[in-house]
Amino acid sequence: MDTFIETPAIRARNLMVAFGDRTVLNHLSLEVRKGEILGLVGGSGSGKSVLLRTIIGLIAKRQGEIKVLGVDIAEADNAALRALERRWGVLFQQGALFSSLTALQNVQFPMRENLNLSQRLLREVALAKLAMVGLQPRDGDKLPAELSGGMTKRVALARALALEPELVFLDEPTSGLDPIAAGDFDDLIRTLQQTLDLTVFMVTHDLESLRTVCDRIAALADGTMVAIGTMSEVRQSSHPWIEAYFRGKRSHVLVPAPGMTGA
Amino acid sequence: MEDVVAATPLSWARTGDGQVRLTATGAWTAPHAAELECLVQRLTSEPSSAGAASIDMHAIERFDTYGALLLARLSRLLEGRGQPLRVIALADRYQGLFEELRRIDPHTLEASPRSEKNRHPKSLSGGVAEIGRDLIALANMLGALSLTLVAILRRPGHFRLISAVHQLDRVAWQAVPIILLITFLIGGIIAQQGFFHFRKFGADEYVVDMIGILVLREIGVLIVAIMVAGRSGSSYTAELGSMKMREEIDALRTMGVDPIDILLLPRVIALIIALPLLTFLGAMAALCGGGLVAWFYGGMSPEIFLSRLREAISLTHFQVGLIKAPFMALAIGIVACTEGLEVKGSAESLGLKTTASVVKSIFLVIVLDGLFAIFFASIGM
Repeated sequence: MDTFIETPAIRARNLMVAFGDRTVLNHLSLEVRKGEILGLVGGSGSGKSVLLRTIIGLIAKRQGEIKVLGVDIAEADNAALRALERRWGVLFQQGALFSSLTALQNVQFPMRENLNLSQRLLREVALAKLAMVGLQPRDGDKLPAELSGGMTKRVALARALALEPELVFLDEPTSGLDPIAAGDFDDLIRTLQQTLDLTVFMVTHDLESLRTVCDRIAALADGTMVAIGTMSEVRQSSHPWIEAYFRGKRSHVLVPAPGMTGA
Repeated sequence: MEDVVAATPLSWARTGDGQVRLTATGAWTAPHAAELECLVQRLTSEPSSAGAASIDMHAIERFDTYGALLLARLSRLLEGRGQPLRVIALADRYQGLFEELRRIDPHTLEASPRSEKNRHPKSLSGGVAEIGRDLIALANMLGALSLTLVAILRRPGHFRLISAVHQLDRVAWQAVPIILLITFLIGGIIAQQGFFHFRKFGADEYVVDMIGILVLREIGVLIVAIMVAGRSGSSYTAELGSMKMREEIDALRTMGVDPIDILLLPRVIALIIALPLLTFLGAMAALCGGGLVAWFYGGMSPEIFLSRLREAISLTHFQVGLIKAPFMALAIGIVACTEGLEVKGSAESLGLKTTASVVKSIFLVIVLDGLFAIFFASIGM
């Protein structure tokens, strides 16, 4: 693996997040390197989505430090924050497409807000983005209510990529998709990551995506990172949750290729 | 004889033999896309020359989808004029992106947008047909509610009492303070206006007649019904609409539970019980407001006000107001439920239907009031 001397894409240190007196994240530290795909795993309710939302600034932290692309979110002023937000894209779990706009208008929305483009270029780029995520131009005229689950995720990914982000956050990108669609989506993420030179931070439950797409895996349990590393490194951890997760009934997808960790 | 147009991030030069040499510099990225597009436009609108064209990409600092798209467009446009473009020294890491964009069929990019649907002005016939459809939908809802009610009357144990009581708490009990306040103020305002104008004719005493009859027969029930349509009718529509959006209503149906039975009927019944109660409270508050203004502004002591009121009004006036209330409540409930179930997938449609619910139910309340006025006049009440 290459040695990275540049600043990491995301660096969280001693992060603590709590709601009322319920501590969700407790002294959590995490580094995401530039250009890698990091998969975050953890049980339901372990705080994966909370961590993602804290990093992108939707949830306030109690303690600790978060730097995204070298910018400290807590200290950045509004202008710096807006500029930073243009450098990342977020794919929400349910897509979060604007329901009154068509798929194409959804993809165009961030461009319209942030760039001063001609109508023609706006349309071409948005259609090109849709084509890159594997959709037909005619899908662009559909409203989100008319899209299938897989198409919704694709449109949401195209929207997340609209402003050419350096960093993409994916919240359970393959949940709710059939295995074929999920596999296609995994390939899509891999291809786009390579073509667009992205850093990807991905929350997932899908063992298959972990195996095929992720460079490194971070495991969240008890409010903190219990293991981080390549698939084989993480699987050697003796933490009870990791043992249960990777040796559970459904982990047989990993058995044929324990060495193939993509790293 | 070199004809040079120099500009960043794309510059070009023509050599003597008609060849075009382009040089790309700087960042070919989203923030510069507009400028780049202009340059591409200018270059390709110049008179064409027969020679080949080439573009040197070695000096670019950054390159993204926007840049790749414009490079692909440039290459396509030049090719269309018989000048195939040779791309030189594009860094390897950008090659994949450019190839990806080049693979996309240009015709799909230039596909014309689908005609904006539902944007054209409505025709008169369409509008009339829509009113007809609305009326049919309301009649449908009334029929469905009546059928469910009949089924419930046969087996009263199946009535969702808890749900109805909960709704009653929301639409009646929690509405009491605001209804009292508004009707109290309106009673006061009517009294003040009455004294101000009637005094000119020395007809102070008749202000009490006016307040009593107006409040008990018309204003009390009308104001309360309009308040309830805005307060509870809209919340019914928004609630049912978002349940429809999230497929909760479909889920109920699949479990063999009738949404009318569990969701709509308790709500409508709660409204029918709530509105007469609120009307009564509202009318009392309005009389209090009127009496207070009569005392302090009109100089009429409470004793005189009350004895005057006793002479002016009869039980009939009170009945006329109260009889109208449940019918208005039914109209509000039916409109709110019908609109709520018509919500489609988008947030916009939820907003539209909630607005429509309030507007239509207030309209119906006023139409009903007019019909009742004719009815009571003809039976002499």
